[in-house]
Amino acid sequence: MSSTSSNGIGSGVIKWIDYRLPIFTMMNKELNEYPTPRNLTYMWNFGSLAGIALVIMIVTGILLAMQYTAHVDMAFDSVERIMRDVNYGWLIRYIHMNGASFFFIVVYIHIFRGLYYGSYKAPREILWALGVIILLLMMATAFMGYVLPWGQMSFWGATVITNLFSAIPWGIGDAIVAWLWGGFAVDNPTLVRFYALHYLLPFVIAAVAVLHMWALHRFGSNNPLGIDAKGPQDKISFHPYYTTKDLFGFGVFFIFFAAFIFYAPNYMGHPDNYIEANPLVTPPHIVPEWYFLPFYAILRAITFDISIPFTGIVLIDAKLGGVIAMFASIAVLFVLPWLDSSPVRSGRFRPYFKWFFWIFVIDCLVLGYIGAMPAESPYTEIGQVATAWYFLHFLVILPLLSRLERPMPLPASISEPVLGGGGMAAAPARSPEGASGVSTEQSPETMR
Amino acid sequence: MAEATNPPRGDVDEGKRDFIYLLGGAAGVVGVGIVAWPLIDSLNPSADVLALASIEVDVSPIEVGQAITVTWRGKPVFIRHRTVEEISEAEVVPMDVLRDPQTDEERRIKAEYLVMVGVCTHLGCIPSGQKVGEEKGEYGGWFCPCHGSHYDTSGRIRKGPAPTNLVVPPYEFIQDTVVQIG
Amino acid sequence: MNRRLFKSGSGRLLAAAVLSLGLSVPQAAQAAGAIDVPDHDFSFDGIFGTFDRMQLQRGFQVYREVCSVCHGLRLISFRNLGDGPDSGNNSGGLGYTQEQVKAFAAEYTIVDGPNDEGEMFERAGLPFDHYPSPFPNRQAAEFANGGAYPSDLSLMAKARKGGADYIYYLLTGYIDPPAGVDVGALHYNRYFPGTLTVDTGRIDDETGEPILEPVPGGLIAMAQPLWEDSVVYQDGTPATVEQMAEDVSAFLMWTAEPMLEDRKRMGIKVLIFLVVLTALFYAIKRQVWSKLH
Repeated sequence: MSSTSSNGIGSGVIKWIDYRLPIFTMMNKELNEYPTPRNLTYMWNFGSLAGIALVIMIVTGILLAMQYTAHVDMAFDSVERIMRDVNYGWLIRYIHMNGASFFFIVVYIHIFRGLYYGSYKAPREILWALGVIILLLMMATAFMGYVLPWGQMSFWGATVITNLFSAIPWGIGDAIVAWLWGGFAVDNPTLVRFYALHYLLPFVIAAVAVLHMWALHRFGSNNPLGIDAKGPQDKISFHPYYTTKDLFGFGVFFIFFAAFIFYAPNYMGHPDNYIEANPLVTPPHIVPEWYFLPFYAILRAITFDISIPFTGIVLIDAKLGGVIAMFASIAVLFVLPWLDSSPVRSGRFRPYFKWFFWIFVIDCLVLGYIGAMPAESPYTEIGQVATAWYFLHFLVILPLLSRLERPMPLPASISEPVLGGGGMAAAPARSPEGASGVSTEQSPETMR
Repeated sequence: MAEATNPPRGDVDEGKRDFIYLLGGAAGVVGVGIVAWPLIDSLNPSADVLALASIEVDVSPIEVGQAITVTWRGKPVFIRHRTVEEISEAEVVPMDVLRDPQTDEERRIKAEYLVMVGVCTHLGCIPSGQKVGEEKGEYGGWFCPCHGSHYDTSGRIRKGPAPTNLVVPPYEFIQDTVVQIG
Repeated sequence: MNRRLFKSGSGRLLAAAVLSLGLSVPQAAQAAGAIDVPDHDFSFDGIFGTFDRMQLQRGFQVYREVCSVCHGLRLISFRNLGDGPDSGNNSGGLGYTQEQVKAFAAEYTIVDGPNDEGEMFERAGLPFDHYPSPFPNRQAAEFANGGAYPSDLSLMAKARKGGADYIYYLLTGYIDPPAGVDVGALHYNRYFPGTLTVDTGRIDDETGEPILEPVPGGLIAMAQPLWEDSVVYQDGTPATVEQMAEDVSAFLMWTAEPMLEDRKRMGIKVLIFLVVLTALFYAIKRQVWSKLH
């Protein structure tokens, strides 16, 4: 590529390597020059934060794996040995424990940002779908990781969640559950395979994250206005602008993270997980980790059989219905780009969408709250309404809105509102180091 | 390409700017270093391992001529209550016949109790000769069956491939008949 | 006082702030019938909290003389009692010397083995031994206690909502049951989670059923363990029920989280460093972006 020489990357050795493996060219292009909309807000920090969270989890996880014993008789004590005897073991474990929660906090904010600004819309559908896959992988990883300390919640969480599959009729479900367990209950084989998968999946997440970034860099980041860049004045190089901004974001993130690790390390955990697993005693209330609560609420919302009216023929019993609803609540995200067909991406210019977005956020919070409550009146009813609204939002409101809503006029370009209508005037192009790759965001015709 | 814009460098105070970059970079590096230490240190021996780094052994039950094997830091330690003959045999050996010259006095604290790490210095096998009736080698001490090293009653290498005498661990008598090893 | 200012509230507030950004508040995960345990002031509360070594030793005495009859402490080794800067372990112990620890361990008989003849044998305890549990296994413990399992206490302060506060209030929560509560062979405790109801004597007009009213507290198998002067403190502290309850709660916080002081000390340094670092990063970011606007 001509950009290597024109940008004068490195000298001697670097050049020699780069000629054979253009990794420096690639890094320069994707991390340094990478043209990024100039108007990204701090809401765009959460992607890189998710990345650093993944790195933290993998590093601490590998160290914990070197001390952990995956056996039902020893797992609990081996974790306590890490907490008590291993040098800084408590620190590493608390980082890993709270890191899971923070990973989800960051990723959820990242997702809601995407929802508000329409980051899932063309041409970013695959980027979005890859993100949903990452979310699914994260959930699987977190769930299996939570089993490893072999506390009461570990055991009973594993039992309840794996039992979901038994909802599948005709004996298939039971066969699947036995296969998952490797036995007739959650036991040692289950623990060991969960350990193996818990170690494996983060690397799969990392791989999908690479695809996610690849897809991102194809068209570049969306932005708060949701409009495409019209020319060079709309973009700035990733470095130093967004590298420094991301670093600042890391700092803020670490402050919150450290506050929890050092002063409330068990706040987001459940006390019952400090009791060793006992297959003969169920805790009075089994609650999943907070980041699963909304989905848990959806699972429990289906308390009724779905049958053909007036015939009494049950099509889907309540148990299977709950499982289907829970998986559907994530599956619906995959088709979101086609449910919301409004040509306007950003919620800023969609007067009604904006309101429904915030109602949806509240709905998710309500679901989270209900997920933590016992399955009794009035929580069940509230959960059912909230679940109905969740699906209504995606399946009815968004398709209707995109047809009925009249969006506000869009600004002419990204730099216009930034520069107070000054257009190009205030943005001289970067020094003429030549075209370093082609941004696919706009065809040459649209360039000025 | 859609060339990223890089506005001209204005009249910002460059000295101040460079200083702040330097400071930020240095602080970041220090931060990473501080984080790295706990991660690395976690792989060092842990408190429960260190707690077993020294053991106490009561040697009074060992009868004259008998030996016991205790485990210390994952390795066998031989403690033999030697007979008078064994002691005098060990003491009279001239230094020039030894591959690894050491007097018996250098290898013991109390003459009757010989304490050694029971690992052959050749390739790490466990020599025989601890139990009654076991092969003790040509010099009445220990014999390594792997490659035929013979040790004498002071645990010194006398014949065979082993390069050095059996290792004497750090130990002391904390009571008359209680040995603390390690 | 700083301690009061930061007492537990800070963590919760922060948590609520962060979580309200994310999804929901997990501590809403409240079982019906569970009781909100009030706060009790401990020396280890707050971000500058430390253990009071004399209190830990008193608490240990209470454990040994009262609790240990039924409750184990299996995650604690004798050596932990003497942990401290000079023992090679980061976390602080109870302030005992290594000699005291050794003498203390030797008071216990430990089953070890097998020996050369394949037999298990008994020997005096050594510092690296774990605290022996009063029962050989869970079944034996349940059998000896009428079916109720006296939990191992090592992690109790982390395994119950409310932690050390809960232990304190439980131990001081043995009061007369509300009128109408039949305790049977159990014991009423104001802070034990339960779903007790009393008959109000009124009848629901619609259903004709008697109206039951929930009462706080629950029925616990453990009889009141602490009474005035259950132990005689070596340091002369009067052994009131509250004093012993507080001491043993503090001790159990230590057994659950011996690295607590370490964690809090390190936290201050880390947070100060991070705030400075973040401020620097912010300055750099401003500097860089100032060229744009």
